[in-house]
Amino acid sequence: MFGYYLDLALRSLKRNRLLTVLMVLAIAIGIGASMTTLTVMHLLSGDPLPGKSANIFYPQVDASPKGFTKGGPLDVLDYRSAVDLWGAHRADRQALIANSDVKVRAPGTNLPPLMLHMLATTSDFFPMFKVPFEYGSAWTPSDDADRARVAVISSDLNDKLFGGKDSLGKTLRLKDSDVRIVGVLARWRPSPLFYDVRGGRFANGDTGDFYRRSEDVFTPFQSGLEINAGNFWQFTCWHMPDNPGHLKNAPCVWVALWVELDSAAKATDYRTFIASYAEQQKVLGRFTQTETRMMNLMQWLDYNHVLPRDVKLQTWLAFAFLAICLFNTVGLLLAKFLRRAGEIGVRRALGASRRAVFAQCLTEAGLVGFIGGVGGWVLTLVGLWLVRRQQPPYSDLVHMDVSMFFVTFVLAVAVSLLAGALPALRASRIAPALQLKTL
Amino acid sequence: MQIQPILAALRKHRLATMLIALEIALACAVLCNASSMIADRLSAMRIQSGVDEAALATVQLTGYTPAQAADVDARAITALRSVPGVQSATLVNSIPFGMRRGTAGITTDAAGQHFGGVIEFYVGGPGSLQALGAQIIAGRAPQADDFHAFTGLMPETASIQITQALAEHLWPGANPLGKEIWLDKWHFRVVGVLKDLVRPDPQGWTAEQREWSVFVPAAPGPYLTGSYLLRADPKDLPRVMRDALLAVGKAVPEVVIDREDSHTLPDLRHEVFRQDRSMAGLLIGVIVALLGVTAFGIVGLASFWVAQRRKQIGIRRALGATRADILHYFQTENFLIVTFGIVLGIILAIGINLALMKFFEVPRLPLWYLPVGVIVLWALGQLAVLVPALRASNVPPVVATRSV
Repeated sequence: MFGYYLDLALRSLKRNRLLTVLMVLAIAIGIGASMTTLTVMHLLSGDPLPGKSANIFYPQVDASPKGFTKGGPLDVLDYRSAVDLWGAHRADRQALIANSDVKVRAPGTNLPPLMLHMLATTSDFFPMFKVPFEYGSAWTPSDDADRARVAVISSDLNDKLFGGKDSLGKTLRLKDSDVRIVGVLARWRPSPLFYDVRGGRFANGDTGDFYRRSEDVFTPFQSGLEINAGNFWQFTCWHMPDNPGHLKNAPCVWVALWVELDSAAKATDYRTFIASYAEQQKVLGRFTQTETRMMNLMQWLDYNHVLPRDVKLQTWLAFAFLAICLFNTVGLLLAKFLRRAGEIGVRRALGASRRAVFAQCLTEAGLVGFIGGVGGWVLTLVGLWLVRRQQPPYSDLVHMDVSMFFVTFVLAVAVSLLAGALPALRASRIAPALQLKTL
Repeated sequence: MQIQPILAALRKHRLATMLIALEIALACAVLCNASSMIADRLSAMRIQSGVDEAALATVQLTGYTPAQAADVDARAITALRSVPGVQSATLVNSIPFGMRRGTAGITTDAAGQHFGGVIEFYVGGPGSLQALGAQIIAGRAPQADDFHAFTGLMPETASIQITQALAEHLWPGANPLGKEIWLDKWHFRVVGVLKDLVRPDPQGWTAEQREWSVFVPAAPGPYLTGSYLLRADPKDLPRVMRDALLAVGKAVPEVVIDREDSHTLPDLRHEVFRQDRSMAGLLIGVIVALLGVTAFGIVGLASFWVAQRRKQIGIRRALGATRADILHYFQTENFLIVTFGIVLGIILAIGINLALMKFFEVPRLPLWYLPVGVIVLWALGQLAVLVPALRASNVPPVVATRSV
């Protein structure tokens, strides 16, 4: 029966081409707009560490004087607290991170010196965040302790400096120190760059930068601090540092700590641990407040409103637009079905049930939706191309994946069925006798 | 025109009437709010910088230590000044629409009790304020002995120039000359007032805060280095910029030219507002598509009604109605439906605006947008209905005699 309805639907669509084109266009444009924004949303709001993010935590304590902040501890830690908490080794895995820009030269190439983002971190960073390696591996905990002059580089940098070949053991000059490359990452593009997320509450929704690429150079934490001394970025300071960039003893927060805790009990223990640390520091006179906080990864991202405000705004706009297209389609389908009142009257008189008429009308609506979906899919590709052309920091992430491809058609058909339901109901209520009289 | 019979007819087509009205209502709400957002973005983009943007460019160097600064600056500035067309090459830490290096919160008293807001400190060497072209409207420009050497962020004390926007914020109605501001151990006295001087990053601030800047004169040295401001004839600027980058690359090959931040000011400005521009473009696109879809919807339904009522139209014509009567009938009908939709739409527009203000920090919808939106939709409705209505008016009276 479905095949027959499909045939009828095709004939009906061919009969009034203008109306058909208008309906298909309305659905295609609505679907194109909403799927473009939905795809961007989907790409930006995913879990950057699927299956693991619930066990990754962000402990916070606060060394700032009373009244310096409102609403909980500062977004990152001061050097002393960070190193103390890390050094206690109370978590299953733990990584310190500090950001800076570093001057990079590769001896033996004639490239001009580069200025790149560097992450000074500890060896657990790589297994904890499931960072994939192309060549080599992470440095060892003893490298952390020995302040070894080693580095891991990104695949982008390896392509740029060494043409993508195995560069293990090669030397890289970071500022004025030589480091040995012990690992090259495979392509790794976390979205967002979750471990660097902070300060999102102050970004006024302009959070596109959280989706930038990861750093190009990774060094052991203490090695990095020594190599690139004077170039570290503070998050904030309660007094201006005397020597900008040298932050170890400055009244500034600039180091972040991430920990992995594999069970709820361990998380509870760790919360107790940082609370007692804060109490102890207050007794020692270093802290003035004992407020602590520990969110898991997704809570932290949420707290920082990582999704750019404009992306959310665009999504709402697109769905308002889809709603207008929906009303439009309802009106046009109504016109189309009721114009065939005579034909439906004959079908009913010949014994078709109301349900059969309803099914026939819905089939036609669904077909319109499917064709609109094809158009919507093409328009979504155009829309995503337009998004990429605007070059947001996440432009290289923007593409349509398989799930979104199917969502496009499901949404298009669902919207058209929804739009078709009311007109189809009206059509199925047509009284056959009245129609037959006017034939 | 008699409205009674039209209302009676519409009552028979309640569903279709409601659909068109709802579509118009949504369109009205989205149209008003999207237009307001476009206006907001455009006004942010039109901000006065207070500097001679068209004549300015910047070169940014990194990758050397403070100890090397004097040597690097000497070679770089010599190279920049030798580029044909360069009128001046000076040092200033922050660049309008570019690098931001002096953002800090200030107080208006020494004890640090009266917070004055987070402002931008433009720390510049001799000649940089003239090069920027910022206009002094009261007090004086920096003098030769105002430029002190310093370590860290900026000189601990200095005679500064302040924008009138910031002066008005800190000391409303008072003469700012001679007033003082504090920041931790730093302490500044106002000696001049600037007409305008925008922050490097105006898009992150409210309209009031966008010009909270001061100019702090300072001697170039280890902490005021590598951030050059070039001035040239606007016609020459792109060529001067290219030559300047080549010249610096040759003069100081061992340092890194920060190419991402070394641009002409017009280019930097373009980049700063990229996001606003694309959002405004998208909103305009949505409005056009929305009006188009709405118009198509009206055309579709009106055509259907005309076809459905062919016989009635014929009868009316046969009974003496003129073509104009028929035309006006459909036009009035459309006007009534659209008006009904607009009434709903205005309520919806205000509601959506309140929600957007709450969740997206969108500004309040200026009320005059509503009448404009109303007129646009009335015009759209009339335009869309014109073709079907004309077709209706062309129905010959003879139709009435057929197949009764």
